[in-house]
Amino acid sequence: MSAEGQNFDVAVLGAGPAGAEAAIAAREAGLTVTLIDEQSRAGGQIWRAPFFQPEQEEIRKSPDLADGERMRERLANSGAKTLFGHRLWFAAPSLSLSTVAADGPHWMSARAFVIAAGTTERIVPMPGVTLPGVVGLAATTILLKAHGVIPGGRVLVAGVGPLVYSVAAGICQAGGSVAAVVDLSRPSEWLAHLPALAGRPDLLWRGLKWAFALKTAGVPMRFGHTVTAIEGDTRVKSARIARVDASWQPLEQIEQIDVSCVSIGHGLTPATETARLIGVPHSFQAALGGFVPELHADRATALPGVYIAGDCAGISGAAAAQLSGRLAGIRAAFDLGALDAVEFERRAGPVRAALKRADRFGQAISSLMTVRPGLAQAMPRETVVCRCEDVTRAEIDRAVLAGACDVNQLKSTTRCGMGPCQGRICSEAAGDLVAIASSRTRTCAGQWTARAPLRPLTVSELVGAYEYDDIPKITPLPG
Amino acid sequence: MSAPDENFDTVVVGGGVMGATVAVRLANAGQKVALLERGGLCMQASGVNAGTLSIQIKRAALIPYAMKGWELWRNPHEWLGADAGFNQVGGLTLAFTEDEAEMLTERMEARRQNGAPVEMIGLNRAREIEPGLSDKPLLASWCPMDGYANSYQLGDVFRAKLREVGVAVHEQTPVDRIVRPGSGPSRGNGYTAWSGDRHFTGKRLVLAGGVWLQELLWRDFGLHLPINCRVNQVSVTERMPPIVNTVLGIATSLLTLKQSRNGTILIGGGWQGKGDPERGGYEILPENLVGNLRLATYVVPALREARIVRTWLGVEGNTADVMPLVGDVPGAPDAYIIGCVRGGYTIGPYMGKLLAQYILGQEPEMPLFDPARAVMAETDTTAQATHDTLSA
Ligand SMILES: Cc1cc2nc3c(=O)[nH]c(=O)nc-3n(C[C@H](O)[C@H](O)[C@H](O)COP(=O)(O)OP(=O)(O)OC[C@H]3O[C@@H](n4cnc5c(N)ncnc54)[C@H](O)[C@@H]3O)c2cc1C
Ligand SMILES: Cc1cc2nc3c(=O)[nH]c(=O)nc-3n(C[C@H](O)[C@H](O)[C@H](O)COP(=O)(O)OP(=O)(O)OC[C@H]3O[C@@H](n4cnc5c(N)ncnc54)[C@H](O)[C@@H]3O)c2cc1C
Repeated sequence: MSAEGQNFDVAVLGAGPAGAEAAIAAREAGLTVTLIDEQSRAGGQIWRAPFFQPEQEEIRKSPDLADGERMRERLANSGAKTLFGHRLWFAAPSLSLSTVAADGPHWMSARAFVIAAGTTERIVPMPGVTLPGVVGLAATTILLKAHGVIPGGRVLVAGVGPLVYSVAAGICQAGGSVAAVVDLSRPSEWLAHLPALAGRPDLLWRGLKWAFALKTAGVPMRFGHTVTAIEGDTRVKSARIARVDASWQPLEQIEQIDVSCVSIGHGLTPATETARLIGVPHSFQAALGGFVPELHADRATALPGVYIAGDCAGISGAAAAQLSGRLAGIRAAFDLGALDAVEFERRAGPVRAALKRADRFGQAISSLMTVRPGLAQAMPRETVVCRCEDVTRAEIDRAVLAGACDVNQLKSTTRCGMGPCQGRICSEAAGDLVAIASSRTRTCAGQWTARAPLRPLTVSELVGAYEYDDIPKITPLPG
Repeated sequence: MSAPDENFDTVVVGGGVMGATVAVRLANAGQKVALLERGGLCMQASGVNAGTLSIQIKRAALIPYAMKGWELWRNPHEWLGADAGFNQVGGLTLAFTEDEAEMLTERMEARRQNGAPVEMIGLNRAREIEPGLSDKPLLASWCPMDGYANSYQLGDVFRAKLREVGVAVHEQTPVDRIVRPGSGPSRGNGYTAWSGDRHFTGKRLVLAGGVWLQELLWRDFGLHLPINCRVNQVSVTERMPPIVNTVLGIATSLLTLKQSRNGTILIGGGWQGKGDPERGGYEILPENLVGNLRLATYVVPALREARIVRTWLGVEGNTADVMPLVGDVPGAPDAYIIGCVRGGYTIGPYMGKLLAQYILGQEPEMPLFDPARAVMAETDTTAQATHDTLSA
């Protein structure tokens, strides 16, 4: 057996706004392109294709759905070879890629690789966060837009950023019941971002419509508040909320609200595992959502042939994602010799300018969502941080006291991050807690070493059907 | 400005299982010891290995040492302090073809003669011992002593023990050169190990640098001792209900497999990835993961349902004759080497004990492995010169 497969000029990971656009741009330059995504259709997170026929007028006419349909059509006409239902589990610096799909393992290689892997939702844990009935804010958008499902009963919608309002309004519009909206930001902080938001009147208008929907439904609003604990025996029964200070440290306990579901999220973190595995250097930038790849001009990186686009290079939103994907695709085409310098500039110039504007807007929103230290500082000791391996804050603090000074040492001491989610859920909270307990910077606390497989893989998917003689034999060492 | 010089009886370079055991033993005997480690304690081979503590898979010549090492793992209190997950579950080595059966019989006979309690058994008996086994093996060897420990815990356990016995542990301290203080006739005794502008002087020096021994010996002693770098792949599954009781291996030694107490299953066997001493293991070979897993499911079919969550690499060193280096640095008084022990996780603690006995002027319980045999004749004069300039 060998790991050789089909060869492409350009391989793109992720069929969200960034990856799809990169694939289209590279095809427009005449290159052969493959686009890999574990989802069954293109769209990524924001333009996720629904698995149902939306009944509500509001959803059918949603601009995200329309944008998604437009992109899926352009992609279908582009001639890029799409590999949906493929999980990328390994990428070598030589640009050979390994995926698995329903029919087993696949191998391919490329001359350029655009990584557009999107983001991971971030939740700063609090006691009770592992109770059934707690769901991520971003995850709720998937329920709403892909499956037409609303979280059951009275829902508390909490966290930070526009998703809080998009989810709360989405639940109301779909006929659900929102018990309250708990926003870490204060109105004054939203207002401070108005100048940047004014650059995107369409989105500002959408935000106002969400606010209006919540007002009409009479949903109580708590600004500058956080959820300090979620309570219940076998599932969510109530939540405690408190006002926060400027660092988001909770002040006095003010309210207990009876709810059956909590939808909560603290922004997004770039999904950097693929770029780290292949060897692109990263550095910590809180305003961009965490550790981000170090980018060279036009989305290139220190690794020849590797480009990074979209939110996995720093949270900047869908519009910027799409433009950065386009730029990466054009740049890859130029570097591969498919565009001459004049044509390259003609195509790249306007995209660079538009990307700059889109980044300004996207990063303004992103900075609003930058998690402040008070949340982690105030986290009670019994809070479960790593839910796969049941590791609490107290255990993390103890490990640091015993000498662990970065997250990799923490991992071997406590098993934090060693479970089936591969550390995706707890990485940020664990890093923050190590930094706090060791009085070092978040940069020093570091990141878990990226390892293959990039997704948990069932052994049967990998081994396929084989005979004993198909297994390569290696001369054993002397006995 | 350099920090004030501190003087030690012994400076140990390398905080893997070899360096750490030597340091603990010397400190226990009353020495003032410094342990210098480039990264964290036991974060290289000693912390990322597959954790197999099996007797039957060791080379025949090393069986007596492996039995002693095993004893130490079973009684960790004097050298390690706490238990690092030692679990004696017994082990099976399997043969699938006539050729493999012949090789297995031959190798196990040699190991048995050197004291390994192994017994050759048929498939039925093997499946009584390990009900999850496939019906494919023709023959098996059974060793009730075999077991494993959790390698990822070793660094933490050692850190506590080293503190307790008073070793000055310096992690994140790469040794960039080792010199003999003074120059010419005024050259003093002992060695100074430099890390940036910090330095540590000891009357004696122990080199326990794993696969990096080749570089250390060349750079600081001008000795050419070739060490072959092996880059082993290991994989682990998510937690599973119990499907394997014992430590499983195969005659060609291309598989080791066991289920930890926490339910995760570790799969190794020396399948190679890409790496070198300079960069460590830097790239897995996906086709070797598939090959390793095919062998694993050939042995335990229920593994098909498991999910692999992580594959990683570790580097270990072998000499040309694949035998340990434990003894003097040739031509350098009071300087010692320990490393290149195949199955070194199992045997390391005992090798450390032997070297400590030697350093302390006692007669080692068993023979050491003189590194002089592995030194290549052509010592390079330029390297020697650099060494002398540095020590001036
Ligand atoms: C759950 C979730 C919901 C969100 N909802 C909204 C929203 O409603 N509105 C909004 O403005 N923003 C939303 N966001 C933010 C949104 O991610 C970005 O604004 C935008 O989608 C970024 O586009 P992208 O192309 O960079 O990444 P994405 O759209 O996230 O696309 C990345 C794609 O890469 C694929 N991928 C990643 N790794 C692998 C792998 N190893 N193998 C195979 N495929 C892989 C993923 O399946 C995904 O389709 C959401 C984010 C998340 C995480
Ligand atoms: C993947 C893998 C699986 C294995 N599986 C098993 C198994 O199942 N059972 C078994 O018995 N054995 C196994 N082994 C072998 C065993 O792990 C090794 O033999 C043993 O750990 C070697 O210990 P060591 O202390 O010599 O080397 P290491 O653990 O590598 O320690 C050497 C240390 O020296 C440090 N160092 C090097 N140069 C410098 C410098 N200049 N300054 C400061 N520090 C320096 C390094 O950072 C390193 O920490 C395996 C090995 C590997 C790699």
